[in-house]
Amino acid sequence: MKKSPFFKQIRESRLFWPVVALGLIFLFDAIYAPDFFKIGVLDGHLYGNLIVVLNDGAPLALVAMGMTLVIATGGVDLSVGAVIAISAAMGAVLINPALGNQLITNDILTANKTNTPLGIIILADLAAGTLCGLWNGFLVSRARIQPMVATLILMVAGRGIAQLITNGQIMTIYYTPYFWFGNGFILGLPVSVYIVGVVLLLATLLVRKTSIGMFIEAVGLNPKSTFYSGINEKNIKLFAYTFCGFCGAIAGLILSSYVKSADANNIGLSYELDAILAVAIGGTSMQGGRFSLSASVVGALVIWAFTLTMYTVGVPADALKAAKALLVLVVILMYSNQARTLLTRLAERKGAQHGIAD
Amino acid sequence: MASQTDVFSPTRAEHLWLRVRPFLLNNGPLLITILVFILGYTLAGLVYPNMQKPQVFFNLFINNASLLIISIGMTFVVLLKGIDLSVASVLALTTIASAVLLKNGMSPALVIPLMLLMGITFGFVMGSIHHYLKVESFIVTLMGSFFARGMGAIISNLSVTINDPFYRALALTQIPIPLIPKAYVYPYSIVAIVLLLVAIYLAFFTRFGRTVYAIGNNEQSAMLMGLPVARTKIIVYSFSGFCSALAGIVFSISLSSGYGYYAPAMEMDAIASVVMGGTLLTGGVGNVIGTLFGVLINGTIISILQFNGTLSSWWTKIAVGVLTLAFIGIQSTFYSRRKRVG
Repeated sequence: MKKSPFFKQIRESRLFWPVVALGLIFLFDAIYAPDFFKIGVLDGHLYGNLIVVLNDGAPLALVAMGMTLVIATGGVDLSVGAVIAISAAMGAVLINPALGNQLITNDILTANKTNTPLGIIILADLAAGTLCGLWNGFLVSRARIQPMVATLILMVAGRGIAQLITNGQIMTIYYTPYFWFGNGFILGLPVSVYIVGVVLLLATLLVRKTSIGMFIEAVGLNPKSTFYSGINEKNIKLFAYTFCGFCGAIAGLILSSYVKSADANNIGLSYELDAILAVAIGGTSMQGGRFSLSASVVGALVIWAFTLTMYTVGVPADALKAAKALLVLVVILMYSNQARTLLTRLAERKGAQHGIAD
Repeated sequence: MASQTDVFSPTRAEHLWLRVRPFLLNNGPLLITILVFILGYTLAGLVYPNMQKPQVFFNLFINNASLLIISIGMTFVVLLKGIDLSVASVLALTTIASAVLLKNGMSPALVIPLMLLMGITFGFVMGSIHHYLKVESFIVTLMGSFFARGMGAIISNLSVTINDPFYRALALTQIPIPLIPKAYVYPYSIVAIVLLLVAIYLAFFTRFGRTVYAIGNNEQSAMLMGLPVARTKIIVYSFSGFCSALAGIVFSISLSSGYGYYAPAMEMDAIASVVMGGTLLTGGVGNVIGTLFGVLINGTIISILQFNGTLSSWWTKIAVGVLTLAFIGIQSTFYSRRKRVG
């Protein structure tokens, strides 16, 4: 039985459980809603539920990536939803063609025009989010405030700031080139998928090909001993939170582009909780330590595949939260040590029997 | 400073300082919270003379009764180093469930205990999962929050009015404040105050309260000391669930309706109030009295915005955020100083 260690390797891989979860959801779809897998071609691009999962899941996947690094350092970032709102508000305000106009008429307001070049808008969006991340990182690493409280501040104040930026209005965007990020397609696939891919690739290279990833895990496992090994744990934490803010900013860009508006109160609502859930599904320990970016991305896809499956089988949007609670319960049971020990023991007993048979 | 030396016989002033200093260091954050509230309220009263009316002060207890109730439950959870994100959702579920039950002709004498039982069950289940499966409290309570909101939406998607005479009576009875003319509160404000007194008694004068502090400071030590960790934890989460349900009843009485989407993100207000009241989210430090003042500060900010009239609502959020930050700064200074002294 040479297979046994191979299976063990797979079972212990970070990606194993999230992929199993995704597989189970797809299996459920295959039985109860075969239409789920239908993919057609419309206007030269692919469409279908799977594409929607990818497109809708993209902002969450981005946020989950940032959240992964933060959780790996032993922290948590509750402010990502607010960061999304700030970034979206920033974009909408800069586009607003009526900005600075003395005479604001509906024609000017709804014109397919922008006040600022697109490049600057994107830079401003990203800068706003990164700044928020930097602020969180500063509070956590330099001011030594517990992560949950430090980010809670921006979570409470952030939506207020976003409303301040948009002056309390829900800003609709009429500038078509901006729509590309959330609605465009490259080679038949949504643009957002490529954005996630690029960010995932760059981040993975950064954390796996340089020592940053190892430092992050070290900080999460034991900040004190990391400090005594001569690693600047403050800057590692600062980096993690800044990266999380950056990811939130991209998510805000995609989301506001997708819904073509910036509603400071509702955009990215409860994304922080979904992102934490995605990271948990991805198998990153909430106490910090080992992490996997790609597993978190799969975790985000699991959440969206689950959401869309529920819609497909006819669960009303309102009842969805109750269904989501069950998903969380399953995740809790799967990742709790007690349940895990039991599972491993079962699996190993089987392995031993095979060994005897050999 | 003179505090370290006993070789020189201290003078009278120094003697006093030796006594006062530990007290200040122990209760500093609480005293500052109270001071900030009094200062803030007085300044607001000077700027907006209408705020000097006694009724405006009592309105704080009327408008924030449910926030105070859930914050009291939250304080105990935070003292245990946990966090309860489900409070607002359980509150909303209680409002809609009780509204529908009352509409279907159930007696309030049955509905209220039933709702309280539901809240306790919620807390009990979440506390058990948290303790026995060793899952982070915010993930468990997040699940509870999703579940409660989902259930609320399943029960009814629309806002349901409450026409029950008993609820109506509770909503309209004004209890005059003795000695102050034309000032009143509603019965549910009294409920909040009574709960606060009970919570103070529980925290400071019972074995249970001391156990909560011990576990919050160091769960391992508490367990080795033979304290009932599992029981205490689960009781605290059940108490928080009970408070959420009670707040839900108060909420439905004050608005005479129930709705599954009531009180969005109120758990964050509660956490902010607890933090402003001087309770550390690292557990084991803080008290319920501070929470009262945290809630009052929150209410004062909202009152100021209402009296100003031109400031937009988002300033509440920014102000609460800035205040939370300020209080955390104050706390950490006190905490590090006390460590140095102790």
